[in-house]
Amino acid sequence: MIEGFTALYIFMLAAFTGYEVISRVPVILHTPLMSGSNFVHGIVVVGAMVALGHAETGLEMTIGFVAVFLAAGNAVGGYVATVRMLEMFQPKKGD
Amino acid sequence: MDMLIEIVYFISAIVFIVGLKQMSSPVTARQGIVWAGIAMAIATFVTFGDPAVYAHGSMNVILIVIAIVAGSIIAYITAKRVEMTDMPQMIAIYNGMGGGAAAAIAAVELVKVAGGAEAPNTTVLTLATLGAIIGAVSFSGSAIAFAKLQGLINKTLRLPMHMVINLVIFAAMLVLGGMMAFTGEIDPTMLLIFFVLTIIFGIMFTLPIGGADMPVVISLFNALTGLAVAFEGFLLQNAAMIIAGTVVGSSGTLLTQLMAKAMNRPISNVLFSSFGSDGGGADEEVEGSMKEVQAPDAAIMMAYASKVIIIPGYGMAVAQAQHKLAELTKVLEARGVEVKYAIHPVAGRMPGHMNVLLAEAGIDYDRIYDLEDINPEFPSSEVALVIGANDVVNPVARSNPDSPIYGMPILDADRAQNCIVIKRGRGAGFSGIENHLFYADNTQMLYGDGQKMVGELVAGVKDLG
Repeated sequence: MIEGFTALYIFMLAAFTGYEVISRVPVILHTPLMSGSNFVHGIVVVGAMVALGHAETGLEMTIGFVAVFLAAGNAVGGYVATVRMLEMFQPKKGD
Repeated sequence: MDMLIEIVYFISAIVFIVGLKQMSSPVTARQGIVWAGIAMAIATFVTFGDPAVYAHGSMNVILIVIAIVAGSIIAYITAKRVEMTDMPQMIAIYNGMGGGAAAAIAAVELVKVAGGAEAPNTTVLTLATLGAIIGAVSFSGSAIAFAKLQGLINKTLRLPMHMVINLVIFAAMLVLGGMMAFTGEIDPTMLLIFFVLTIIFGIMFTLPIGGADMPVVISLFNALTGLAVAFEGFLLQNAAMIIAGTVVGSSGTLLTQLMAKAMNRPISNVLFSSFGSDGGGADEEVEGSMKEVQAPDAAIMMAYASKVIIIPGYGMAVAQAQHKLAELTKVLEARGVEVKYAIHPVAGRMPGHMNVLLAEAGIDYDRIYDLEDINPEFPSSEVALVIGANDVVNPVARSNPDSPIYGMPILDADRAQNCIVIKRGRGAGFSGIENHLFYADNTQMLYGDGQKMVGELVAGVKDLG
């Protein structure tokens, strides 16, 4: 179980990690980076799957369905948008 | 099976962090996102092995598959089709979807408690409720940001006593959430009002913010969604969500700070006061007059220069002039002219927006310079070509302490020997502030559509043989 101070420690360390990882990114990559981090929080899809999985009433199932739908959209949309942008930064072949 | 899931989540968390790290260089960036994508696909796949997914029968599993497929297809098609110029609003909408998902996860659990299920302990319930608030605000706020950038909402709406209304909604939202979290007793009606309030707050919060400030807002909502995902991760005891969400939360906060800093405005100022409303009052008389130039003459100036610095702004994106600019770069370099691009940190509607568009047109990123690197070079360049940029080259930011943009770092286009400004009309910029650069002695105005005018410049340079 992740709780109490263990949770707090994880939260703190992850927060510092995020800060450090980003601090050396050049301006030209800011938009792809924002898009990329937007994709990373698409991991919410695994939580949404569990939420819908153990939903019982019709209302819970409806909300759970919306959760999975939105989360999948976040993950896939974020991924495709990021890759499309980054492809433009690839060195041109034969140029 | 549980062990396998834990291991996969653990590895995913590492890959996400390494992937973001790889995005700090243009060379490894694509590799980073591809690895993160693979990690997320595997994490999603193994989650089907989680007993919690089967807790309520196969109907739910079928619904999960349908929802994933439907969400993926719609997002895939829209992300593939969208024009590069419209990318900011699409990122806003995908981000909003993530926030909505986090809020919906909280909603499922809270509805369960309302229906008589045992409430989790107060700490977890508090985090879940906070995640619901943050996620729902990010959801509706991002939707408004999308509508604004897409041009569906043109005005900055500001009700009388807007701040007071927002504060009241905010307080009511917190009180309701606090009551649910601390008592653990949830009434369905109360829950409904709670979620309606959070969604209204997101709308009301974003409506008065002008389009020029949207980069900061999208960045902020991105960080908020990350935080909401992390909080729901605590609710579901899911380490991958906690770590990935928190990393995005903190990195997004940093990015938001960088953006606001580039505009030299505190974040609170961006969020709580709209630009146009307090500006304008400090207008002083502008000396000099605007001088018009024709494209062939401007082309000659550039063709015989040794160094040309091009300053693109949002107007370039609107006019879709980046491909013509790439062509202009090519013909100028063929004549031995050194061509550099100067990008202001807040040019466009997102940080790095201009860079993406220029890269799309095939302009190498080593030709593109940040503000600090390029400013010393203006005095030694014969021509600065401003296309669709306005406030970021307004020297008033340096000279007039009464101006609303005073103190904002600007590109010193006025210090180039000559300045050519391509502009559609004679109006003021996004902020409504007169641009003194346009009246300067060494500035000449080239009126017309950006794409058409750059096309004429290309033709003009070519005509010189």
